[in-house]
Amino acid sequence: MAQCSFLPNLFCNFPAFDENLMREFKKSVDLSFKAFVRSYGDVLTTIMQPLQWFLNWLQDFFVNTPWIIILIGMTAIVYLASRNMKIVIGTVLSMLLIGLVGLWNDTMITLAMVTVCTLISIVIGIPIGILMARSDRIQSIVNPILDVMQTMPSFVYLIPVVMIFGIGKVPGLIAVVIYAVPPMIRLTNLGIRLVDKEVLEAADAFGSSNRQKLKNVQIPLALPTIMAGINQTIMMSLAMVVVASMIGVGGLGKNVLQGITNQFFTVGFLNGFALVAIAIIFDRASQAYGRRLQKHSEVIHG
Amino acid sequence: MASHGIEVKNLYKIFGPRGRDFVQAVENGLGKGELNEKYGHVLGLQNINISMPAGGVMVVMGLSGSGKSTLIRHINRLIDPTSGEVLYDGVDVCKMSESDLREFRRHKTAMVFQKFALLPHRTVLDNTVYGLEIQGIDRDESVKRARHWIERVGLKGFEKHYPNQLSGGMQQRVGLARALTNDADILLMDEAYSALDPLIRVDMQTVLLDLQKELKKTVVFITHDLDEALRLGDKIAILRDGRVVQQGTGQEIVLAPADEYITAFVKEVNRGRVVQAKTIMKPLTGSPEGMPIADDMVLEAIAKTLTDTGQSQAHVVDANGRPIGAIDLHMVIAAMVTPTSHLTQAAA
Repeated sequence: MAQCSFLPNLFCNFPAFDENLMREFKKSVDLSFKAFVRSYGDVLTTIMQPLQWFLNWLQDFFVNTPWIIILIGMTAIVYLASRNMKIVIGTVLSMLLIGLVGLWNDTMITLAMVTVCTLISIVIGIPIGILMARSDRIQSIVNPILDVMQTMPSFVYLIPVVMIFGIGKVPGLIAVVIYAVPPMIRLTNLGIRLVDKEVLEAADAFGSSNRQKLKNVQIPLALPTIMAGINQTIMMSLAMVVVASMIGVGGLGKNVLQGITNQFFTVGFLNGFALVAIAIIFDRASQAYGRRLQKHSEVIHG
Repeated sequence: MASHGIEVKNLYKIFGPRGRDFVQAVENGLGKGELNEKYGHVLGLQNINISMPAGGVMVVMGLSGSGKSTLIRHINRLIDPTSGEVLYDGVDVCKMSESDLREFRRHKTAMVFQKFALLPHRTVLDNTVYGLEIQGIDRDESVKRARHWIERVGLKGFEKHYPNQLSGGMQQRVGLARALTNDADILLMDEAYSALDPLIRVDMQTVLLDLQKELKKTVVFITHDLDEALRLGDKIAILRDGRVVQQGTGQEIVLAPADEYITAFVKEVNRGRVVQAKTIMKPLTGSPEGMPIADDMVLEAIAKTLTDTGQSQAHVVDANGRPIGAIDLHMVIAAMVTPTSHLTQAAA
């Protein structure tokens, strides 16, 4: 470079650490992590075993139950949640289409996966969100962690997960939850923080304890935002099942992966649209349910 | 349950991280502006000493920023004071432990808010039982009591409505019912009627006065409206820049305003509705003439009685019906007109 002729070398070529030093560093970190996996991998796998059982049980349930019962059950749930015939008809039609193109079983596997991921995300996300809303300090600690979870490419955190748990459903589940839980946490936190200060003050003035405030005021008033969080979590778990298929999760994601590797155009799109269809069913049903919960906030008096 | 008065003693509130350090300086004359400019602290209240009458309505009046809402929040300690005492039944609210304070709030106080602060996801009935629910009272019992008060504030039939379905006036009735259902001795009303339109406000004032006649609670009422203060208050304290400028009965304030600030307020007041017969009567000379007039009757009512009956003379009697003074139409009209001294003073 021309500029380098009059610049000191220090400013021209970046003074990186010595290559040997870096190699040593990487090696020692890798080795110690491998040692960690060797000593605790089994323990961690055992801890996660119940999850594996639950996931297997749910998947078997979805796959082995006759399709007509699943379809009726799904229709009933969608109707009860939304009370909207348009959404119900859309659900029935898209599920029938999925069955016709031969993707019923794969869809059931994906459905089981997404259900478990969503449940876990809710169970983890809401308490953390509540803690975050209670303390600015916790918020300032958790927020950057959530940023990392959302922006870190999922392949990166798949490395340690696969090293510990191997290939299978549980590591897939962990990968999906890591990706899908942040909106749940963030929106729970936001919802509680946005609760009207005046109403909280009133709750205080009547002598509410912290628990009573949470139960009577904060959670109910934050519910629309929390519902939006659940909705986002579902959408993100669905988006992640393709990535999770790379480490052994079956279902629609696996077919998409095969489509990519073999350039099966039609297979890719059919499975992709099946994913879109269940995403839309989940989204419309959960949003309609959220709106129904908020019926009281419609201003009827002018 | 006998009511107790509330004693506020030497109360200071300085907002900011080091509020306590400036109490001494403020006592020695550091002003609100200087404190804010030099040290970045806001003077909320300074040296408040008010004795609130047991079983009576204490009105705290002031314009926005005068510290009146800060003051009322010290009584149930929604705001912690920087220094000073708030005594109720001999106990300093400011020194209560967390759990004592919660018990105090649950059983001794109830509050009504300017913006109603109802729970939007609960019906009128469920909002009204809120205080009892917090206390852990059995649902059937709470509902029974809540229904009673919903009926008393005139909302019978609206139990199943949500707050959003009601008008502002009706929402505030729910707020009042919620507070009354708590059956607490102290009723705190923070600009409770300020958000209501004038006709409904007068209506709600009447509701409060009627209820107070039988309940005899210790009511602390915050307002920025002098007419409201005079109508409701057994005792009135006027706040300005966090300091009590004057306190006394409505009549005392109207007849002897402490400074120009209060004079400016008072000159707009309808004196005929504040000043009472005993204040302007002259001593009885000879035998009582004309019709008897109660000594606490206001001038407007006297003028109406006299003109209706076509008389111009009357005599004033005390609560036992004993004649204690004389009054005539001319005196009544003269006293109803704002004195010139006040007008010029206010203009100056």
